[in-house]
Order: sequence, then structure tokens, then C-alpha cells
Amino acid sequence: MGFRHKDIIALKDLTREEITLLLDTADSLSEINQRDIKKVPTLRGKTVINLFYEASTRTRTSFEIAAKRLSADAVNITASTSSVVKGETLSDTANNLLAMKPDIIVMRHAVSGAHEYLAKRVSCSVINAGDGAHEHPSQGLLDMLTMRQKFGRLDGLKVAIVGDITHSRVARSDIYGLTTMGSHVFLAGPPTMMPVGIERLGNVTVCKDMREAVDQADVVMMLRIQLERQGKTLLPSMREYSRYFGLNPEVLTLAKKNAIVMHPGPINRGVELASSVADCDQSAILTQVENGVAVRMAMLYHVCGGEPVE
Amino acid sequence: MNLLIKGGRVIDPSQGMDAVMDVLIADGVVLELGQGLSAPEGTPAIDATGLIVTPGLIDMHVHLRDPGLEYKEDIATGSRSAAAGGFTSVACMPNTSPVIDSKAVASYVINKAKSEALVNVFPIGCITKGGKGESLAEMGELKEAGCVGVSDDGKPVCNSELMRRALEYAKGIGIAVISHSEDLALVGEGVMNEGFVSTELGLKGIPWAAEDIAVAREVYLAEFAGAPVHIAHISTVGSARIIRNAKARGVKVTCETAPHYFTLTDDAVRGYNTNAKMNPPLRSAADVEAMKTGLADGTIDAIATDHAPHHPDEKDVEFNVALNGIVGLETSLPLSLKLVEEGRLDLNQLVSLMSCNPAKILGLDRGTLKVGAVGDVTVIDPSKEWQVEAAKLESKSKNSPFLGWKLKGRAVYTVVKGQVVYQA
Repeated sequence: MGFRHKDIIALKDLTREEITLLLDTADSLSEINQRDIKKVPTLRGKTVINLFYEASTRTRTSFEIAAKRLSADAVNITASTSSVVKGETLSDTANNLLAMKPDIIVMRHAVSGAHEYLAKRVSCSVINAGDGAHEHPSQGLLDMLTMRQKFGRLDGLKVAIVGDITHSRVARSDIYGLTTMGSHVFLAGPPTMMPVGIERLGNVTVCKDMREAVDQADVVMMLRIQLERQGKTLLPSMREYSRYFGLNPEVLTLAKKNAIVMHPGPINRGVELASSVADCDQSAILTQVENGVAVRMAMLYHVCGGEPVE
Repeated sequence: MNLLIKGGRVIDPSQGMDAVMDVLIADGVVLELGQGLSAPEGTPAIDATGLIVTPGLIDMHVHLRDPGLEYKEDIATGSRSAAAGGFTSVACMPNTSPVIDSKAVASYVINKAKSEALVNVFPIGCITKGGKGESLAEMGELKEAGCVGVSDDGKPVCNSELMRRALEYAKGIGIAVISHSEDLALVGEGVMNEGFVSTELGLKGIPWAAEDIAVAREVYLAEFAGAPVHIAHISTVGSARIIRNAKARGVKVTCETAPHYFTLTDDAVRGYNTNAKMNPPLRSAADVEAMKTGLADGTIDAIATDHAPHHPDEKDVEFNVALNGIVGLETSLPLSLKLVEEGRLDLNQLVSLMSCNPAKILGLDRGTLKVGAVGDVTVIDPSKEWQVEAAKLESKSKNSPFLGWKLKGRAVYTVVKGQVVYQA
């Protein structure tokens, strides 16, 4: 089967077969990243614009490298230097970019739904690199790829996701992707960070206690606490958060022996994760980053119509 | 102006009337009601056979955006939209630019309406100076200038002491106080109802408690001050329950809801539809049901539209930055008639909600067809089917979540002081 979407906005929109196709493609493309000459001509002559309205290092760099390894021309635009500061609307920005005939716009935006808005207005493909608290599909895919590589399957995995679920686009994409692929997701976090009805998104269980979520888990996914976002009302202190919702070696022993620890990064060391856990053998955090390039290559490749890879 | 409206089903709850008869208006006032009325030669006549004839509909909550924001709407276009929706009177909110907190601005609205409006326009002044919530506006002078109520609509009066004094002062001078009830700290940066849909869309939610808490405060303040208060656009199960209980123990509280709150749920926001972004936000199915129950059992006194025109540039943006509100004057009657079709309301209740009660709350000499009353009449064809199309809306703005909807029923004649100002 082929990939029939012009855009990739949300993992919610993708079927099991489509996710499998993207992961399979990423697996096969990851070989390119191991070569001496890490470049294939697959997307030669295609133009990718990385339009980043929010600060990001790893996602933007990862998309840029992915585009370049496929020989696409990648241009980066960041908000601080863009016309946003001059008051230009997203619609006008989109029209101006479109006039330059890009093939793909990869966008990160602080507003949930900004990509859906953009995709309806432009003829080129739009890839969501994170929108508000909505979705972050490339992160969801790279998380799934990492898990699939480790366990050889996604079906029947127990995945614990711990932290600020309300504000996490990673959590939503992981939940949609994983539950579509047959995993069971267990959520834990402060009650102030657990949004209404989250269990209705799929095969999801909300746990009262982090230990319950981690117990017998195959994967423990720790979310980043956005120190700047929590203000004064959601948490008493980082110290207390770390004590009840941080992953330390003792809590990790509750998980399966071969469980892996994941984190979308960047880590607040000592808050979500004890340093010893972040750096332990079970940590798959750097594998996630590595897989990010392959997954993003697969996404760029498929929205461009999936020409044969040389 | 003279007019004979013949053979319609005249529904006027103000005099317990529901019968087929004629209405004769002479010199702009109701001269006679009865069967087989004759009028002097040359009197214009409307054949209302099969149609419903009611006291002119009154929308007690609209935004005409004039002065200052005329690119969205002005008094002329707003009044055309009202007439096309069957409204003979509208009360317009003071959050204009400048706000209506002085005799000068109120007089501007009244004078401009006299020369440009098709329907009666009754301004509502601010509760507080500048609408800033810091000190009382000059309500006496606002009333003298022609304001029929005071409200800081769009925002609550956060200071409870100031709201208490506003209620006491307004009671003394006999002007209605209309409360926009919201606890702003709870609203925070919320942009839609807090619930499953906000979770799914990753949008910041506004909890129902933000409305309920504020409504409860107004009820207690009104009870304490022994003064009436009217709560604008209620939207939650809790608001309806609080007001029902308050009425039962004699508190002088009245309230309104808007057609979108008894028609749509927050599901309408899916796809980040900015035409479904409003304040208070569209709520859950249980809240929609509570609005219908509240309208039927008399808890909710009025249907008002909160007609809030916005320019396309203010809605065709990312959801978070889109302005709140929708236009409503032209869709209100058919959406309300739907409740009659569903058997939730009878026509007499509908006319009370859309004409008699708003007149009573604002102290208007309207909302009745008693002999001697002003000849404001709405003639409704309840079976007329039509589709809501942006190009056909009279409002300058087209921000409606009902575009494309097929609706049933609409005003076919709108009559102000005996003169037909709109004919479908």
C-alpha cells in the first residue's frame, strides 16, 4: 500500500497500516545514516522549509539532517527572525512561503491546530513538528520505532507515560500511535496535569500512583516538566514533583527486567529522571534521538509520494 | 403608520391570547384586535393566513460595534440583520470604542439609531467607568440618556463590593443590571470548554465552575442587596440549577441563554473551528439539555443572541488568537423554533422568551399587542425552509457556526410602529 496523505498532522489520523509503513520505511532508511556518505538522491530538487515558531534544537536539526540526507534543499526559518514579530499572520506567512514553491513545510507552532489551519490553506505538504499541546507525530513515531526495535513488536506492550500529560503533545501522539498499534498505555502524573477524559483516547489507563503505572511496564516514558509553564498553581515544588513522579532506580525496579527508559528530551536531570537512570543501560534516550532522523526521513519521503530509494 | 394584519394566529402571552384574528395598527399603535376587522381605504394589509403573529421580538443582548468598530457592524447593518431575524427591538452592549459609559456616547447611539436603524435600538451602558471594574459609571445620567440597562458585558465586575454597590445603586434609579458572570482566574488562558474535546485538541479549557461560581456570587449579592440582577448568556447545568434554586426562594434573578448554547456542544470546535469559539464556550451535551429544561420550566427568562460580529481577519486565524463570538440575529428564531418542533417549548413560551420577558426585564413598553401598545409586530412562517448562507446574511459579518445549515421557520414580516421594515 502507498501513503495517501498530503500532510502528516496527527497520529490520530493514521491507520495501523500507515504507521507500520512509516516505521518500516524508517527502519530501511536508517541504514543510510550508518554509511560513510550519508546521502541519497531520493528527494533531489525538492524544497523543504523548516518553519519553527517555537524554540527547538533537536527536532529542527533532526528534520534538517533528514531532508539533507535525502538530498532535499532545506531552509530554516525561526520565529525570532520571521515576520511574526512584524505582525504578519500565519495565513500571510503561508502564502508568501508558498509563492516560493516549497514542496514541504515542516512547522512547529505554539498553538494547537495551527497545522490543520495551515494545511487547509497551502497546496504543498505540511508536516507537524509539534503544535501546542495537541500532537507531535514525528516524536510519536520515533518513540514507537525505538520500542519496536527493542521488543520486535508494539502489540501487547505495557507503556507507562509519566508526567505533565495535560500540556504534552508527545503524550497525545504516543497515546494515539501506541494504542492504534496495540499497546496498552498507563498514565501517571499530578492530578493537576491529567486532562479530562484522557482515558477515552484509546487503550489507556490512568493510574493514581506512578508505581502502579511502572509496575511490569515494558517501557517507561518520562515527560519533560516545563519549568517555565507550570506557574505557581500546578505543582507545590519541583522537589515534591521529583519525589512522587520522578524516576529513580528504586521505582525502575518495578518495571520488567528488560524494560527501557525513554524521554523526549531535553531532560531536567534530577527532576523527571535521576541522573543515574538517564545514563543507565536501560536508557534508550539517545537511541530515540538517532531514530528521529530516520523517522523524519520516512515522513518527508512519503509525503513526497514515495519515489524509490536508491 | 397604519397596517392591517389579517387572519394570523395571534400569540400574545402578555394578555393570554392565542387565537386567529386580525390586528389593526393605526398611527404606529395597536388600535384593535378581533375578527373581520375593517380598515380605512388604502390601509396596507398583510394576509397572515397560516402564519403566526406575535409582539415584536426583542433581542436584549447584541453588539452593534458602533461607535468605533464599524468595520464589524454598524447601527444600520446591525438593525437590518435584526429586522431580517424578526426582531423589532435590540438592546446593544456598551463594549464599543469608546465604551458607552457617558451620556454623550449613549446619545450618539440613540441619535444614530433614530436616523439609520430599521428597528428600535436601546443602548445598555456600562456598570463601571470605562468598563474597567474600578468605580461606578454615572448610571443616573445613562438612564436619563436612554440606556435601558447597565453591564460591563464581555467581562465581569470582579470586585464583589463594587458589584454590591452597583446593584444597590441601580435598584434605586430603576435600571437593570446585567452580569457577565465569569471567574477570570479560573478561565485563565482557556479558549474552549474544558472537557474531552479540549483534551483531544490540546486546547486550554475553561471549566464550568468558572461560570457557576460567578453566577452564585451574583445571586448572593442580589439576595443580600434585595436588588434584581440579570445574568447574561448562561451555559451550564450549574448556572441553571443555581438560578432555579434562587428563584424558588424569591431572589430577584433573571437570566438569558443564547441559541448556540441549546443547539451546539463543544464538538463544534473540532477542526479548530473558530466560528465555534465564543465566551462562555460551547459546553457539553448535559449543559445543552439543561438549557432546554431551563427554558421550558421558566428558570431561563429570555433567549438572547449575544450577536457578536467579527471581521473575517479576526476569525480566519489560529484558534487561540481568534476573537470570541458569533453573529446570531438571523438564526435565533429558527433555532428557537426547533425547540417547539421538538416539543420542548410551546409557541406561547417561545414568544415570552423572545419578546415579553426581555421587555419586562429591561422595563420596555414593548413585548405586547395590547390595545394602545406600540405597533411592533413579528409575523412568522414556522414552516418556511431556508438555508443559512453568508452572502444572504444582512449582518456585515458572517461569523456563524450555522452557515450551510438548513433551518425551518423565519420571520416573513417585521413591523416596527406599524411599518413593514422587513419582508422575506
